[in-house]
Amino acid sequence: MSSLFYPLILLLLASVAFGQGKRRAFAMAARKSGGRFHSRPWYHGMLVALWCLIPGLLVYILWICFADTLITRMVLHDLPREMLARSAGQKTLLINDLHNLVAGHVAARNIDPVLQRAADHYRVLQNTGRLIMAVLMLAAAVLSASLVYFRIGPDLRARNKVERIARISLLLSSTVAVLTTIGIVLSVLFESIRFFRQIPVTDFLFGLKWSPQMAMRADQVGSSGSFGAVPVLAGTFMISGIALAVAVPVGLMSAIYLSEYAGSRVRTWAKPAMEILAGVPTVVYGFFAALVVAPSIRDLGTMAGLEVSSESALAAGLVMGIMIIPFVSSLSDDVINAVPQSLRDGSYGLGATRSETIVHVVLPAALPGIVGGILLAASRAIGETMIVVMAAGLSARLTANPLEAVTTVTVQIVTLLVGDQEFDSPKTLAAFALGLLLFVVTLILNVVALHVVRRYREEYE
Amino acid sequence: MKKHGAMPGKEKVTAMDVVQKGLARRYRRERWFRRMGLAAVLASIGFLGLLFVSIIGNGWSAFTQAEVLLDIDFAAAQFDVDNLARANYGALVKKSLQKLFPGVKDRRQKRKLYRLVSSGAAFILQKMVMQDTSLIGTSRRIWLPADDEVDMLLKGYISRSVPESQRRLTDRQIGWIDRLIADGRLKKRFNTTFFTAGDSREPELAGIRGAVAGSLLTMLVTLLLSFPVGVATAVYLEEFAPRNRWTDLIEVNINNLAAVPSIVFGLLGLAFFLGVLGLPRSSPLVGGLVLTLMTLPTIIIASRASLKSVPPSIREAALGIGASKMQVIVHHVLPLAMPGMMTGTIIGMAQALGETAPLLMIGMVAFIVDVPTGLTDPATVLPVQIYLWADAPERAFVERTAAAIMVLLAFLICMNGLAVYLRRKFERRW
Repeated sequence: MSSLFYPLILLLLASVAFGQGKRRAFAMAARKSGGRFHSRPWYHGMLVALWCLIPGLLVYILWICFADTLITRMVLHDLPREMLARSAGQKTLLINDLHNLVAGHVAARNIDPVLQRAADHYRVLQNTGRLIMAVLMLAAAVLSASLVYFRIGPDLRARNKVERIARISLLLSSTVAVLTTIGIVLSVLFESIRFFRQIPVTDFLFGLKWSPQMAMRADQVGSSGSFGAVPVLAGTFMISGIALAVAVPVGLMSAIYLSEYAGSRVRTWAKPAMEILAGVPTVVYGFFAALVVAPSIRDLGTMAGLEVSSESALAAGLVMGIMIIPFVSSLSDDVINAVPQSLRDGSYGLGATRSETIVHVVLPAALPGIVGGILLAASRAIGETMIVVMAAGLSARLTANPLEAVTTVTVQIVTLLVGDQEFDSPKTLAAFALGLLLFVVTLILNVVALHVVRRYREEYE
Repeated sequence: MKKHGAMPGKEKVTAMDVVQKGLARRYRRERWFRRMGLAAVLASIGFLGLLFVSIIGNGWSAFTQAEVLLDIDFAAAQFDVDNLARANYGALVKKSLQKLFPGVKDRRQKRKLYRLVSSGAAFILQKMVMQDTSLIGTSRRIWLPADDEVDMLLKGYISRSVPESQRRLTDRQIGWIDRLIADGRLKKRFNTTFFTAGDSREPELAGIRGAVAGSLLTMLVTLLLSFPVGVATAVYLEEFAPRNRWTDLIEVNINNLAAVPSIVFGLLGLAFFLGVLGLPRSSPLVGGLVLTLMTLPTIIIASRASLKSVPPSIREAALGIGASKMQVIVHHVLPLAMPGMMTGTIIGMAQALGETAPLLMIGMVAFIVDVPTGLTDPATVLPVQIYLWADAPERAFVERTAAAIMVLLAFLICMNGLAVYLRRKFERRW
C-alpha cells in the first residue's frame, strides 16, 4: 500500500495546516488587530489546508505519471548499444523483462547479467526519484501553505477563495461524464481504425462469413481469417427480436393492468416484485438459461420431433425477454400514467368500456412514449452480454431458425478478448470493431428513444 | 321490453338497440382484456418464482458437504522437524484408509479407495501440522472432505440404479461408501469450506471467500470514487451550472451513458486503464474504476432528483439571512437531499455488485486461489466466480454456482432493503 502512503502524509499535513490556520485567525481576531475579520476562522484554516494539499498532490500526480517512463529511458540509455539496436517489438519485450525483474516477478532461470545490472540501476534510480519527489512534495505543500498562512488577516477574503476552489472542483467532477464518453469513443475508435487498416471496412460490414482465426504462420490451415460481421449481427438481432417478442406483450399488458385495473393492494405487491426481476444480475439469468430453460426447450423439441440445439437462440432470447419485462413495464407505466385523466373520462362519457378506452384512447396517446421505451429495451437487449455468453453459441451461422445456435456481437467480443491475447492481431482488434458497432447502434437507439420520450412528455405538461 | 328481431321492419332501429346488441360481446372482450393483463402480471411474477425456486432448489445442497471421519496417526517418524511442509501427508490419509479396509490389496483397487477422499485432504493435514506441531506423535480423529463424486452420491445426484459403466463410481466404491456410512464415518456436514476457501479446481475445496473479498475491495473503490464525484456533478448541474450548450452537452451525455452497454465500459477499461495507463490487470483497482464510470450516471440522476425535491423556500430562507450560495448548499440543501442521494448510491452499488461483463474484459476472470488483500492484487468478484463455476464441467459445481448466486442475491436484497428503509425513514413530503 505504498501508493497510498504519500497522499496520506499529505492529508495529515493538511489537517495540521487547517488547525494552525484556524488558530492564527482566532488569535488575530481576539486581539482585534486591524478591524473585523471578513471570513470566519474555519475558512482561513480551510484555505491554508487546501493550499497545502493542492500543490503537494500536483507534484505527486506528476511523479506517478512520468516517473516510470523517465527512469526507463534513463536506464535504457545506459544499456549497451547492441541490445537496443533491435526491432520495436523486441525493445518492448526487453522493457517488460526489465520491469518484471524490478518488480521481482522472476520467471526465467538464467538472467542476463547486463539486464540484472540494469534492473539494479533502475531500483536505485527509483528510490532516489521517490526521495526527490517526497522532498519536492513536502516543500511545495509547506511553502504554499505558509504563504497563505502569513496572509491571514482581517482583509483576506478566505470564504470566497475556499468557495471558488469548491466550485472549480464541482465543475471538474461534472466533466468526468463527458470525459468517459470521449474515452469510450477514442479507445474503441483507435483500435477499430487499426483493424480497418488490415481488413477493409466493406468486408467487415457486408461480409457473410465470420471466423476470426488468424494463423501464426502463413502456411497454416485456415490462415486467412474472415471478418464479415453480417452473421454476427443477424444472430444479435434474432435473439433481441425473440426477447422483444416476449417482453413487449407481457411488459405492456402488465403495465396496463397495474396502472388501469389493479387495486392499490395488488399494486403494492406486484410492483416491487417486478423491480426484483429488474435487480437480478444478468449472470444469474445466464445460469438460469443454461441450466433450466435451454435443456427444457431441447426436451420439448425432441418430444415434438424437432432437432433443437442445446444453445438455441430461443432459450437465450426467452430469458433475455424475461430480463427486460420490468424495463418495458416500468417505462410504459410512466407514460400511461402521464396520459391525462380527462382523456379517459371523455371516453367513458361516450360509453366506451375500459378496454376500449385503453386500446383506442390511452394507448394511442401514450404510443410515442411506449415506442421510446421499446427502443430503449431493444438497445438493452442488443448490449446484453452475460445471458448470451452463457446460453448462446459461438459459431456464427446465418440462419433464420431460432432452434439453432447463433452468436451475437457481445459473445464475440467476450470470446475474442478473454484470455491471453496480443494487442496487434486482427483477432483482438476485431473485438474493438464490434464494440464500435455495438456502441454506435445502441447510441442511435438511445438518442432516438430519449428524443421521442422527451418530446412526448412535454405535450401534456 | 325489447326483443331483437321480434318486430322486423315495424319499428325503427334506435341507437340504443345497436348498443344493447353489442353489449354482451363488448363486456366479454373487456373481461378477456382484463384477464390478459392479469395473466401478464402473473407470468412475470411466475418467472421470478421459477427463477428463485430453481436457484434455491439447486443451491441449498451445497451448504452441506460429505466428509469422512478418519483416524490419522501423526507418527513422529513421518516428520522431519526442519521441513514439516515436505512430509508425505497423502500417505497419512492412505494409511488410515488402509486400516479401515484391510481387505483391499490390489493396487488398482487401492487407488480407487484413496479416491474417495478429496485430494485436498493432504493439504488440510499439512496446514494443521504447520499450525500446531504438538500434533506430531499423536493420533487424532479428523473429519476430512470426501471427493465430490462421493458428495454427489450422498446428495442423490448420482443414481445407484444406473449401470456401473455409466457412472463415475464403481460398485465396489459404493460398497465402501455404504460401509463408511454404516460406521458413521461418512456424513453430510455443514460446508464451512464454501465460506472460508478461495477458488479451487476441486469442487469440494472451492469456496467463495476470495470472490467475496474481491467484490468488497472493488465496491470500496467504486464507492469512494463514484459517490463524491456523482454528488459533486449533481450539485454542479442542479445548483451552479449556467444554462448553456456545455451544460446541455453534459446532460445529454449522462443520459446516454446510462444506456451504454456495460461491456463497452469494459472495452474502455481494457484500452485505457490497462493499455494506456498500464494499471495492473485483474486488480480490484481497475475493476472499481470501470464500475465507477458505469454507476456514475445512476448516482448523478438520483442525486439530481433528490436535490430538485428540496423546496426553494429553504434556499431562499438561507439566502435571506445572508448565507452564501455555497453555504446554502452545504449547510441546508445537501443534508436534506442526502437520504435520496444515498438511496440512489446504494441502488447504483447494487447494480455494480451484480455486474460481470465489463470485468471479464479487464481480466478479472483469471483462476485465482488466493484471497486478495490489496487493491492491486489479482482478484475476481462474486458474479465472475459464478460465471466461471457455471462453465465448470463437474456436477458438484452446479450446486456451488447456485449457492454462490444465493449469496450474491442475499447481498443484493440486503442492499436494496437498506435503500428502501432509508427512503421510508428519511423521505420528507414538503
